[in-house]
Amino acid sequence: MELVEAIILSVLAASTPLLIAATGELVTERSGVLNLGVEGMMIVGAACGFGGAWLSGSIFIGAVFGIIAGVLMSLVFALMALGLAVNQVATGLALTIFGIGLSGLIGAGFVGERLTPAAHLYIPGLTDIPLIGRVLFGEDAFVYFSIALIIGVWWFLYRTRAGLILRACGDNHVSAHALGYPVLRIRTLAVMFGGACAGLAGAYLPLAYTPFFIPGMTAGRGWIALALVVFASWRPGRLVVGAYLFGAVTILQLHAQGWGVGIPSQFMSALPYLATVIVLVLLSRARTGGSTAPAALGTVFVPDR
Amino acid sequence: MQLVLEKRAERSNTIALVSPLIAIGLTIVTMTILFAILGKNPLLALQAYFIAPLTDGYSLQEIAVKATPLVMIAIGLSLCYLANAWNIGAEGQFLIGAVAGSWIAVKTQGTDAGAWVLPAMLVLAAAAGALYALIPAICKVKFGASEILTSLMLVYVADLLLDYLVRGPWRDPNGFNFPTTAEFDPVATVPLLIEGGRLHLGSIIALLVVAAAAILLGRTIKGFEIRVVGASPRAARFGGFNANQLVILTFAVSGALAGLAGIIEVAGPVGHLQPGISPGYGFTAIIVAFLGRLNPIGILIAGLFLALTFIGGEQAQIAMKIPLDVTKVFQGILLFYVLACDSLILYRFKLVFPNRQVARGAG
Repeated sequence: MELVEAIILSVLAASTPLLIAATGELVTERSGVLNLGVEGMMIVGAACGFGGAWLSGSIFIGAVFGIIAGVLMSLVFALMALGLAVNQVATGLALTIFGIGLSGLIGAGFVGERLTPAAHLYIPGLTDIPLIGRVLFGEDAFVYFSIALIIGVWWFLYRTRAGLILRACGDNHVSAHALGYPVLRIRTLAVMFGGACAGLAGAYLPLAYTPFFIPGMTAGRGWIALALVVFASWRPGRLVVGAYLFGAVTILQLHAQGWGVGIPSQFMSALPYLATVIVLVLLSRARTGGSTAPAALGTVFVPDR
Repeated sequence: MQLVLEKRAERSNTIALVSPLIAIGLTIVTMTILFAILGKNPLLALQAYFIAPLTDGYSLQEIAVKATPLVMIAIGLSLCYLANAWNIGAEGQFLIGAVAGSWIAVKTQGTDAGAWVLPAMLVLAAAAGALYALIPAICKVKFGASEILTSLMLVYVADLLLDYLVRGPWRDPNGFNFPTTAEFDPVATVPLLIEGGRLHLGSIIALLVVAAAAILLGRTIKGFEIRVVGASPRAARFGGFNANQLVILTFAVSGALAGLAGIIEVAGPVGHLQPGISPGYGFTAIIVAFLGRLNPIGILIAGLFLALTFIGGEQAQIAMKIPLDVTKVFQGILLFYVLACDSLILYRFKLVFPNRQVARGAG
């Protein structure tokens, strides 16, 4: 029983950064922008998040630093891809290459330092309930926030007028522009939201997942988050399922060691990446009839005046 | 006040030529500011980065050695990008090539295997790189899976495979437990061009690759097809060109070149297989490809320039304690500026003052 509880807890922890980053990217892509720089924004968020928390002694301030860092990074992307109409794929790659270097530079002074990770909720009575107590009432604030975030995004996209306009920009920017909506401004806001989420997801890693900073600690999670958006067919509900599935695959490698499975650790570590490839193939195959991606995804838009 | 893009009637060829230079200039200005923020004397830092490596023979050889894998990989990537196929996983194809070629070196170690060893290693590495690149290409063509994500995921898989091999089955028993294979035998090593120097045969191979690519793109129907499919998919369909076939072909070629670069690096400058054989060559090559305007000669020049930043970065670290990550920041900023300047080829930037526009509209 305790093992089951431990596994569920670690799956939730491993899934949370994926869920947060993928939620941000979902909104960005729904507005018609493909930002491949998630990994870069995440990794800078991790360095700044750790730095903020280390200097201030507060996990909350660390998280805010991570968010700000992600937003600043996303503004560079917005300036390039939206302001200057540069190819979005290339700009996203540039953002990641730049982010990996910047993160190493910012984080250089923090390598080897430790901090107290984000506290877990404890409600006497409720948290003590066997099995479900710690799973439901004993998580850190990030886990609850990630769930609130995806529900909020679902509500925004499907239940508000602003969400409808955002989706319209993603499906047909020419029509949205003709109707008088400021396509580029809406997309910039969506990109910034994606940046905030990626920065927070990155900050989660040194603030709650492991209490220290190492260069390259995102280890491709930003790219997996991008794949998750495809996996989810750009729908929030399926995103949650996908994020937890991938979290589970990530955790499998850790526990496989403990169970004495005689497979080299490197093969287990390769599982999430291989799973991503397989999932992308299976999903894309199932979707040969027609793509569910926003129709204008990744296309350049320059309004004529 | 607002920045507005105005489409040019036709692409500006002058700017197409000048834009990489503008980009380099802007990057150097930005770096000067960054050095000042880091509390280093910007002039001395720039000197260490860009001038010092050019002043002695050893560094010049080292630049050519570093440029070799960058140019080889970037040539392959440029074919992909010209055909609108996004191979992002060259780093993985590089590593797989290194692993596959090393297999022969490891298996023939200490035997009296003859001169066939090195050629066999090169061929196997290229084949392995091509096959590895074909995974995302086939997934895209057959199933429509994004080649960007699949090729990138395979980088991590290749990295872990290499890690497993050098820590496990291929580890040098006399290596003090370090994760590395034994030094390759002389027959499994890329020969040097200058006795006692660093320059090796790989640099000649890279030059041949540049020449071959220039001929392919400039003088053959296949090269024309690649460019048409990338520039205008619709026109290509009318022309009867098969875009899917070109995705497969360009991915295979770029994978082969990356794999070849991988084994040349391991059997040349490094001398054995170990983790960390690539300081991100596969990713830096993306910058080289764009900075070189996807043109073979441009890529050769861009590869030498990016190699200079690697060597300069090392020198700046030794001389001025400037963190090595500054090189990556530099490369990222350079790519931003290259892309931004490319925007000038198609568009004109205009500053618009909204109130004045309104006034004119009213009048």
